[in-house]
Amino acid sequence: MTELCGIPLAGPVLNGSGTFDAIAARHAFGDAVLERFPFHAFVSKTITLAAREGNPPPRLWETPAGLINSIGLPNKGLEGFLGLDLPELAELPVPLIVSVMGFSLDELATLVRRTGERDEVALIELNVSCPNVETGLVMGADPAETARAVERVRPLTDRPLIVKLTPNANDPAAVARAAEQAGADAVSLINTLKGMALAPRTARPWLGGTTGGVSGPAVRAIALEQVRSVTTVVAIPVIGMGGIATGGHAADFLSAGATCVAVGTENFRDPAAGLRIAAELGEPAAV
Amino acid sequence: MKVADEPRTLAPPRRRTAHVTAVERLGAYHLVRALDSGGPQDPQPGQFYMLSTDERWGGGADERPYLPRAFSHARAREGELSFLFEVVGPGTARLAELRAGEGLALVGPLGLGWRPPREGTRPVLVGGGIGTAPLLCWQDELGPEATLLLGFRSAAHAEAASLFVGRPEVATDDGSAGRQALVTDLLREQLDADPVATVFACGPPVMLEAVRLLCAEFAVPAQLALESGMACGFGACFGCVVPTKEGYIRLCVDGPVLDGERLESALLGGAGH
Repeated sequence: MTELCGIPLAGPVLNGSGTFDAIAARHAFGDAVLERFPFHAFVSKTITLAAREGNPPPRLWETPAGLINSIGLPNKGLEGFLGLDLPELAELPVPLIVSVMGFSLDELATLVRRTGERDEVALIELNVSCPNVETGLVMGADPAETARAVERVRPLTDRPLIVKLTPNANDPAAVARAAEQAGADAVSLINTLKGMALAPRTARPWLGGTTGGVSGPAVRAIALEQVRSVTTVVAIPVIGMGGIATGGHAADFLSAGATCVAVGTENFRDPAAGLRIAAELGEPAAV
Repeated sequence: MKVADEPRTLAPPRRRTAHVTAVERLGAYHLVRALDSGGPQDPQPGQFYMLSTDERWGGGADERPYLPRAFSHARAREGELSFLFEVVGPGTARLAELRAGEGLALVGPLGLGWRPPREGTRPVLVGGGIGTAPLLCWQDELGPEATLLLGFRSAAHAEAASLFVGRPEVATDDGSAGRQALVTDLLREQLDADPVATVFACGPPVMLEAVRLLCAEFAVPAQLALESGMACGFGACFGCVVPTKEGYIRLCVDGPVLDGERLESALLGGAGH
């Protein structure tokens, strides 16, 4: 049994936001995916206030032991999510964490307030790996910007708030401390590392979005160090992720002080990766 | 959840191991056969599987492959799946090294396959190169009334035509087998002679675009099986989107077979690197 910000979970294995679509999975696998759900809590793909189409393809590039994605946060927007997706996600047998991103503090406030008033939502994750259009700064790259975002939305909901830290910051531990002091209930890390690839023949950027985020086993050593550096400076729970593909990898993140772990890219290779990793940790299945 | 009557057989929600029974060379291509006792026996023609190997998937040149690779099955008979492929990169190179008795890791069947031809029309199956693979099981299902038009680079590639029932019409780029022509030349002649058809096509993007335009010209319904680089195959990564008239769609859950009418162009498909 694991407890995350007062929410009891059957175990510590989550999914990274945007690495498992529970609704699409039901189309491909049917209700069998609910009968043995791979995660102890489910994190939604990031939603934004307005609907987004996402980046032009190509969106993927395979790297040594990993991949670069340049997806661009396609989603139905807040209203589409609340009306279409949330009723389906409410049927999942585990607590729901909704990931939100605002391009301004006002947008972020609206997203937190509206998702936080829904009973189906157990926790809210703030994806702060985006530029604030008002300041031009990436919220999560700077301790003061992160603190301003958390202070703004903290009074708007009684749901626990998780801040998803970006590794593309000078000092992720300082950002984690700032988030904690501003009222965050947990932090999660790492998000993807910024990267790019050139097309073999043209030497022009391969990805439609020019740059993307690197994930997979290639980033695991970096993630483990960042998780340990954060757990040593904050008292709130830490959700650790980055290239976890086995129970042994997950155990390393827990040993580094994480309360929960999240499986990301490995879900792409095996939709039951979460179940396998939980079993290898000696944890029960979610259901 | 499941839309009624869609050509989608559900996959078990986990990666499993099929046991390789044979790997054969077929001219320029390889054909892997594997016994899939853990999966459904009735994948729909046009659906696909994400393939990797149990052992040594990764660790090759540049530490690739890492992600599984998407392939439509060529045939599924009594639990034995067969996949036709050409070695073009580290993933297909590793698959070609498989030997009988080894494990083929797979997730599938995935996606939406071919839908039946419009009533009262003759099915015309158009394949280009390795794109002939998902037409094999579709021909098996449609029976002898289906017309087969196949295009290849050369005679070595055209050996894949021997997998089909009967005698498909073959064109090659260099004239080393069949006629020296493009498969779309064969299709134009076919539609000129008999425009009451439903066209099913799979092949490279340039061929699919030519098929799409021809079918629009003859006002013939076209179903096109596209390809796009995929990380997962079941809607998780949003990496395989293709542009349609309704915006981007995920080819893995809404395709890989799409009605030609939904596309502005078929040129934007294409596999990974």
